Amino acid sequence: MKNKSIGDYLRRFSVPLMFVIICLICAPISGLSPNYLINEIVTRIGRNAFLILSLLIPIMAGMGLNFSMTLGAMAGEIGLILVSDWQIVGIPGMILAMIVSIPISTLLGLFCGKVLNMAKGREMITSYIISFFINGIYQLVVLYLMGPVIPIVHSTIKLPRGYGIRNTVSLLSMRQHLDNLIPLNIMGVKIPVATFIVIFLLCLVIIWFRKTKLGQDMRAVGQDMDVSRDAGIDVERTRIISMILSTVFAGIGMIIYLQNMGNIATYSSHSQIGMFCIAALLVGGASVDKASIGNVFLGIILFHTMFIVAPKAGTVITGDSMIGEYFRVFVSYAVITVALIMYETNKRKNKSKAGMQLALDQEQEEANG
Amino acid sequence: MEKAPLLEMRNIKKDFNGNQVLSDINITLREGEVIGLCGENGAGKSTLMKILFGADVIRETGGYGGDILINNEKVSFQSPFDAIAAGIGMVHQEFSLIPGFKATENILLNRESKKKSILSDLFSDRLDTLDRNEMNRIAQEAIQQMGVNIDKDMVINDMPVGHKQFTEIARELSKKQLKILILDEPTAVLTEKEAEALLDSIRGMSKRGIAVIFITHRLGEILSVCDRVVTMRDGYVVNETPASETSIPEITSWMVGRDVADTGSSYVTEDIGKDKRTILSIKKLWVDMPGETVRNVNLDVREGEILGIGGLAGQGKLGIPKGIMGLCNAGGEINFDGQDIPLNDPRKCLDASFAFVAEDRRNVGLLLDESLEWNVSFPAMQVQDKYLKKYFGGLIKWRDDEAIKKVTAKYIDELKVKCTSTKQKARELSGGNQQKICLAKAFALNPKLLFVSEPTRGIDVGAKALVLDALKKLNKEQGVTIVMVSSELEELRQTCDRIAIVSGGKVSGILPAGEKLEKFGELMLMNC
Amino acid sequence: MNEQKLTLKDLIKSKAQEFGLPRLIITGFLLLLLVLSPIVGADLPTQISNIINRFSWNGILVLAMVPMIHSGCGLNFGLPLGIISGLLGATLSIEFGFEGPVSFIMAALLATPFALVLGSVYGWLLNKIKGGEMMIATYVGFSSVSMMCMMWLLLPYHSPNMVWGMAGKGLRTTISLEGYYTQALASFLQINIGNLTIPTGALLFFALLAFGMWAFLHTKTGTAMTAVGSNPDFARSAGINVDKIRMISVVMSTWLAAIGILVYEQGFGFVQLYMAPFYMALPAVSAILIGGATVNKASIMNVVIGTILFQGIVTMTPTVMNNMIHLDMSEVIRIIVSNGMILYALTRKTEGTR
Repeated sequence: MKNKSIGDYLRRFSVPLMFVIICLICAPISGLSPNYLINEIVTRIGRNAFLILSLLIPIMAGMGLNFSMTLGAMAGEIGLILVSDWQIVGIPGMILAMIVSIPISTLLGLFCGKVLNMAKGREMITSYIISFFINGIYQLVVLYLMGPVIPIVHSTIKLPRGYGIRNTVSLLSMRQHLDNLIPLNIMGVKIPVATFIVIFLLCLVIIWFRKTKLGQDMRAVGQDMDVSRDAGIDVERTRIISMILSTVFAGIGMIIYLQNMGNIATYSSHSQIGMFCIAALLVGGASVDKASIGNVFLGIILFHTMFIVAPKAGTVITGDSMIGEYFRVFVSYAVITVALIMYETNKRKNKSKAGMQLALDQEQEEANG
Repeated sequence: MEKAPLLEMRNIKKDFNGNQVLSDINITLREGEVIGLCGENGAGKSTLMKILFGADVIRETGGYGGDILINNEKVSFQSPFDAIAAGIGMVHQEFSLIPGFKATENILLNRESKKKSILSDLFSDRLDTLDRNEMNRIAQEAIQQMGVNIDKDMVINDMPVGHKQFTEIARELSKKQLKILILDEPTAVLTEKEAEALLDSIRGMSKRGIAVIFITHRLGEILSVCDRVVTMRDGYVVNETPASETSIPEITSWMVGRDVADTGSSYVTEDIGKDKRTILSIKKLWVDMPGETVRNVNLDVREGEILGIGGLAGQGKLGIPKGIMGLCNAGGEINFDGQDIPLNDPRKCLDASFAFVAEDRRNVGLLLDESLEWNVSFPAMQVQDKYLKKYFGGLIKWRDDEAIKKVTAKYIDELKVKCTSTKQKARELSGGNQQKICLAKAFALNPKLLFVSEPTRGIDVGAKALVLDALKKLNKEQGVTIVMVSSELEELRQTCDRIAIVSGGKVSGILPAGEKLEKFGELMLMNC
Repeated sequence: MNEQKLTLKDLIKSKAQEFGLPRLIITGFLLLLLVLSPIVGADLPTQISNIINRFSWNGILVLAMVPMIHSGCGLNFGLPLGIISGLLGATLSIEFGFEGPVSFIMAALLATPFALVLGSVYGWLLNKIKGGEMMIATYVGFSSVSMMCMMWLLLPYHSPNMVWGMAGKGLRTTISLEGYYTQALASFLQINIGNLTIPTGALLFFALLAFGMWAFLHTKTGTAMTAVGSNPDFARSAGINVDKIRMISVVMSTWLAAIGILVYEQGFGFVQLYMAPFYMALPAVSAILIGGATVNKASIMNVVIGTILFQGIVTMTPTVMNNMIHLDMSEVIRIIVSNGMILYALTRKTEGTR
């Protein structure tokens, strides 16, 4: 019954292939040195991998691309803001920020999971709107409640008016502390060993998780909710757990991301993060219902190579620096659009395939009889 | 003294909203015994099995009467999980399998073997890791017990349909507590060879002491594997005989047989319309309707007659009108009144003045959230430009709400639809009244040929008679040719001139409506 | 005035009860703002003219939601596609040197072919992916906006009023419509009573299109559109070409969005390019939902009420809040209310199909 042709493989890897081609064309034009490129990519793997890995669990549970991973990112930011106000620096600060973020992420994940259980079949658009909705709540908290309700002491992070958080919060005290914890430099390429170890550990956790009963349940729920329910699996609860896990991981991922960046753009850091992470995952060859750890790393390398070289190449070709900027934004959205369209058309193709098979059977029978 | 029976069902009764579907059912089942349960669709077999399996729908509709005893102890299942715990396993007609899982994973779905880990002690046992080796062992054991070899590592999606069925059976067998296995038409999807293997497997189970309730329309299988045959009709057990003492024709007659005396209606007993001309001819029709596949049907409909199409559920009778009307993917040739009608284009059929009342009212038949006016007038408006006011030489076709209201009121009156006004939403009507609206919708098209599928399904007795009378009247007074599809043979016999029986997706024969019941029964089971 | 407010209130109240708690809260909130505004010292007529003005800018964009909801394509998150058509019309009209109110008419005419072509492609796509419309619509909108960002830089525009002064090419992010069609509709038959300004022309234009939509829904094709949205299987069995009807609805929606953005610009006085159309769909979507529409049912009344409520909150909150507690939380409230409303609609079990 297996009939996977070369065409099928080509279609599956069409997006990564396209990106390889874009990168191969743009890289020489951009004139960036290979050393610089490799350095940048290694940095970006360290920065983004954890965040993107957090997307894997909801995909496993059949809830599609988790556009509401921004919820976790916001929880991570709140953790970091509080910790910087408490002036706890370095690695302990990061760990404390993670500890603070986890209950917030859990609550947000719970909310998100409950809402998505009410909107089965349109999880993605709903999770997308949730991210906007919670962004409003986040702004309410950070802009108005931090100060009068949640004590903020230091004026360096407070707005001059006396409450609310400044647009940028500096994380100088923990900037790249994790990255530089175990310094390693190979041929001029700085490698953030400690960050990689953390990412590696998460990969192990995900691999292990797939082998657990809960992971098995999630895969079952992801494929057929009704059958799983008939078999006695608590479908709703399983889906909520997958959202909570994803949100918590996204929160921790955001803290790792921001320690590398060195500052928080309080009102915008999180808003684009979901989109870029999802785009990177899809570029790595993942689809709405299937994604692996390999997709994550391939995706980061390809997507961020494009991200680095496209503006430069655009400037060289058109003489306008903005073209490349817009180009990479366009590509990110286009990748997601194409992935979504392919997912939906595939769903329909599977349905009509069943019909075609029947028609074929009949023709055969008619030929025989 | 004999041991107490494994299962005893005493005086089981069940009604749905006052509609008695089971009366005084008594069945006993001993360890290792295989009984065959047969009967037409609607005889009550599946309701009975649902009661035994503790299905939610039974409790939601007010429970059942009578007692179920297992090993002489009264049981009352609150959910299928209770039934499973008590040792009852059921293999449904629809597969309940996870498509992307291997056979092993499906066999042990939610009953996986687990290994403890530190994290699972800390959090919950859902963090135990799966013990794949143990799972493979159990699955292999269950497959061996079944006696039919399937690949435990194959993903369900890649399996032929028969193996999916065996995977389900293996799942039940892998349950340690299994004592009673219910098989609901398991052979329907199997090839002859596979079916033979399944029968062997049933014999094997019986030897190991598992009792089996085997539901099928293939009577030959029942005779070859069962110890006893239980025949149901209209909610009663009409007969219970050892399989060795009966024959297929005998069972068939029990299944369809009714006391002729109590109906008292007149049948068309002879083929009276031989001289009428053929108005619709169907050639080599195949229809891809899930669960009702039609293969290679040739059928002629005569002008002005009422042709019935009968047969058991799932044999393809519903697919015929669906395919002709272009609602399901179909192929073949249709000729109406000397004119070829292209398939897969509903508009062309409607333009040729066909009309269709579908069996699934709620999905295809009605605009549930719109007014009755819309429901009645919509097809006629769209297809024949009725109820429209035309301005600027037909450039603007304005909906004529007055005319719509008038025609709706007319049909509401004619068909005695119970509703508050013509503006009421179709959703708010009862099933019978919804069905009348569906008829009105078709009548408004003034069809030359009307297809009606299951016109009386799920409606009460009063509405039933009204609907059938309306159809007869339309046929008699306006000469409309009607093709009526129904699972209720008796209803077809009272309404139609001729009845075609569909079995295995093909027309197995056409008989005058008044022909002997056994003859119909034979045709029904011919290609199953 | 007072009496009119009362009947309006009654009307809204009865509607709100029909439509459930969130709308009731929003209506109550707006009424509270209206009552509070004179108390905290804001000028009520100014506030009301603000609301009316904003209504006249946004009404048609909200109206653009109606056809796609009717045909069962769901909420048109792909509104930016239509807006781009409108922007192309606007910039071309200026580029060709049309001035004054004529430039508005020309912009509308020039936008139309773009809207028809883009709408057809968009409709074709949505027919391919039935069931996943909303998510894909969102991303089609995003992709097209970011695509046009490059185009605005690359297309050979020359009008000195639009391109960057120094480079001499590439369009500016904001283009003033002074001397073109700013207030082209609003100034027509404008009524001024003290602080109360009513942009009669713009309101009439909205009324015209709204009437057109109402009339369309009463024709044979319009009836078919509603039926397709209500139950596509029923429509198909009645011989309707479902894909064609859906296509018509998408094209209509896209065209209305194009005209809608032009009307918005004439009120606002500027053409905003680049990332501006990005999030324009969300306010329109939540406005119609606030007005009582669901994912598959909408009426002209929903549009009118929804736009008034939504714009009322957007314009009133900053003033009232600022005057009252010297705290501008309007942006945050707008985000929470509008997205909360969409969430509410998405989590409702929709009747009938899907």
